[in-house]
Amino acid sequence: MKKSRVVIIRSNKVLSKSKQINSSILSEMMKKGISTFSGEFDFRDAIRKFYSPKDVLGMKVNCLAGKGASTHPEVALCFAGLLKESGIKENNIIIWDRSNSELEELGFPLNNKRNGLRCFGTDTSEVGYSRDLYQHLNIGSLLSRIPLYYTNVQVNLPVLKDHSLAGVSCALKNFYGAINNPNKYHDDGCDPFVADLNTLPEIRNQNRLIICDALTVQYKGGPSYHPYWNEEYFGIIISSDPVALDFVGSQIIDQLRQKNGSPTLEKSGIFPKYILTAADKNHNLGKASLEEIEKLEINL
Amino acid sequence: MKKLRRREFFKYSLSGAGGVLGSSLISRVPFLNVPDTAYALSSAGRLSRVEAKYYKKLEHKEIECLLCPRKCKVGDRERGYCGVRENQKGIYYTLVYGLACTFHNDPIEKKPFFHFLPGTNAFSIATAGCNLNCKFCQNWEISQARPEQTYNFELSPQSVVEYALKGNSSSIAYTYSEPVVFYEYMLDCSKLGKEKGVKSVMVSAGYIEPEPLIELCKELDAVKIDFKAFTEKYYQEICQGKLEPVLECLKELKRIGIWYEIVYLMVPTLNDDMRNIKKMCQWILNNLGPDVPIHFTRFTPMYLLKNLPLTPVSSLEKAHKIAQESGLRFVYIGNVPGHKAESTYCPKCKKVLIGRYGYTITQMNLQMGRCKFCGEKIPGVWG
Repeated sequence: MKKSRVVIIRSNKVLSKSKQINSSILSEMMKKGISTFSGEFDFRDAIRKFYSPKDVLGMKVNCLAGKGASTHPEVALCFAGLLKESGIKENNIIIWDRSNSELEELGFPLNNKRNGLRCFGTDTSEVGYSRDLYQHLNIGSLLSRIPLYYTNVQVNLPVLKDHSLAGVSCALKNFYGAINNPNKYHDDGCDPFVADLNTLPEIRNQNRLIICDALTVQYKGGPSYHPYWNEEYFGIIISSDPVALDFVGSQIIDQLRQKNGSPTLEKSGIFPKYILTAADKNHNLGKASLEEIEKLEINL
Repeated sequence: MKKLRRREFFKYSLSGAGGVLGSSLISRVPFLNVPDTAYALSSAGRLSRVEAKYYKKLEHKEIECLLCPRKCKVGDRERGYCGVRENQKGIYYTLVYGLACTFHNDPIEKKPFFHFLPGTNAFSIATAGCNLNCKFCQNWEISQARPEQTYNFELSPQSVVEYALKGNSSSIAYTYSEPVVFYEYMLDCSKLGKEKGVKSVMVSAGYIEPEPLIELCKELDAVKIDFKAFTEKYYQEICQGKLEPVLECLKELKRIGIWYEIVYLMVPTLNDDMRNIKKMCQWILNNLGPDVPIHFTRFTPMYLLKNLPLTPVSSLEKAHKIAQESGLRFVYIGNVPGHKAESTYCPKCKKVLIGRYGYTITQMNLQMGRCKFCGEKIPGVWG
C-alpha cells in the first residue's frame, strides 16, 4: 500500500513578533518542502513533476475571513515565483477566489490582463459561474468558470483553520469557494457535501498539489478571525492528497486546542467527519488514517 | 447606480433579469405601465446593508438568526443558509432590502389565490435567496442564488407601491423565491401599501418563526403556503427543511385569522402516496377547518429532479377526490389548464361560482361573497 505523503515544514523565523512574513525564509521553506515532498533535489525539478509549461494553473486561495484567517498573499506570491522559476509563464498563473473585493482586501494584486501574474475573482464581470447546473451526488451548484474554462490544473492554497460547523476548513473545503451556493452545504458538519463536491471531475481532475498556509492557525472560533484563538504555527503543509492533508491539519488544530486548554474538535462536537467520508470507497479522494499517511516534519 | 430610460429598461429586464431567470416559469414580459425613468438597474454585486430585525447577538461577534426555524448561528463575515443575510462585525444585515431581482404584474390566480380578489392583478416581486433548497424548485436560478449573482433592480418600498398603483394592481405579491428571506423589505412594502390602499400577499413555504410571522401578518392580507409534503423524510431529503415548523405556521395563520390558501405540488414517486395525502387532508380538517382552499398542482421536471415525469393528471384527480371525501370544501387542481377542478364550486348547490381557464376568469357567480344561486356564504376576501 502506497502511503500518502504529507510534509510539514516550519521555521519560527518566518514570522516576526508582529506577524510580518520574512519572504526569504518563506521561500526557503517552500523550496525545501516541495523538494522533500517530491524527492527531487532541486525545487524546479520538483515542481515540474506536477506542472508543465503548457499548463494554465489556478491557485485557489481562501480569503473569505479577511486578514488573520485567510491565505496570506505572500504565500501565494512566493509559490507563484517558484513556478515562474520552474518555467511556468507568469500569465499562465491565476490566483483566484470568489470575489475581487475579498482578494483586494487582503492585498492580492488584481490583474486580468494579458501580461503579468493574473489574479481575479469569479465575480469579475466576464468570468462568473457556469450557466449549467452541476448536479453530482448531493451537490447542485453552478461552478466558477475559472476552473472550468481558464485553468487545466490547480494549486490548492488553503489556510488551515477551525470551522465552527465543519470542524476544519482546509484543502477539501477550500473548493466551497468555487460554487455559487456554499451556504446550502453547511448542514450536518458539511458532510457529505465537502466530499461530494471534491469528487466532481472538474475539481478532482485538476488536483495536483496543495500548499497549505499554516503560518498562523485559527484553532478555535473559526472560520472567522479571533486574535485570541489564533496562534503562530510557522508552518507550510504540502501534499497532493487533500484528505491526508486535512487529516493532518485536524490533528494540528487539536494539538493547538489542547495546548491552549480548549477541548478537542471531537469533544466540541465538531469532529470533521467529512474528511472520513472523503476517504471512503465511494469518494476515494485520499487517505485518512495514520497508517496510510507518511508524515514528514522538517524544522528549518 | 445607473438610471435607465424606458427603452433601456426593457432591454435590461429582458436580457438582464430574464437572462438570470433562464428557464424559469416566471414570465419575462416586462411590466408595462411604468414611467420613463422609473427604474434603476443595480449592477450585479451591489448589496443593501439594512440591519435584520430578528436576530440575537452572541459572544465573539457571532449571531443567531431568529427569523426562520433554522436559527443559523453565523460568525463574522459569514452568511446564513439563505445566502442573503450576513454577519458584519457582530451585526446581522439583510443584503437584499430594496433590491428586487424580478418583478411582474401577475394575475392573482397565478400565485395561486382563488379566494382572494379574483380577477385582479398583483404587482409581484422577489429578491434572491431562499431558506430551503427544494430539489424541484421552479425558480432555482434566483432562489438558490446569492444577491451578487442576480441582476437587481433598486425598488424602494415607495416605488413598489407606486408601481402597483400605477399598474392598477390591487395587491403586491411577495413571491417567486422565498419572501421570508427578504422579510424587512416585505414588511415595509406591506406597511406602506396598507397606507395607500394596496393589499399585500405572501407566497411562502411557511418556514418562519412564530414571532416574525405574527408581526408580518399585521400588515399582510393573505398568505399562500407551499405545503411540500406530509412526511418528515420528504422535508429533510427533498427540501432540506423540517415538517413541524410548517405545521406550526399553518396553525398560527389559523389562529391569527388571516386569509390563507395551501398549495401541494405533487411530485411523482416522492409525495404522491395517497395514504399520506389522506392523512394530510385529515390534519388540515382537524387543525385548520374545512374552508381552507387546497390546490394540488402539477409538477414539471426542474432543477435537481429533471429525471422525473410530469405528474399524471390521474394522480391529481385522486388527491382531489380524497381531499373532498375528507371534508375539505374547496379543492383545486392546478397547472392543468382547462381542468374542471380549476373552478370554484358552491359547496351547497354545487354550481360553478367562479369559472376559470388557466389564469382567466370565465364566469363570476359570486355576489357580495355569496353564491348567487343559493346564497351560501363563501369564505375568502372578495373585495
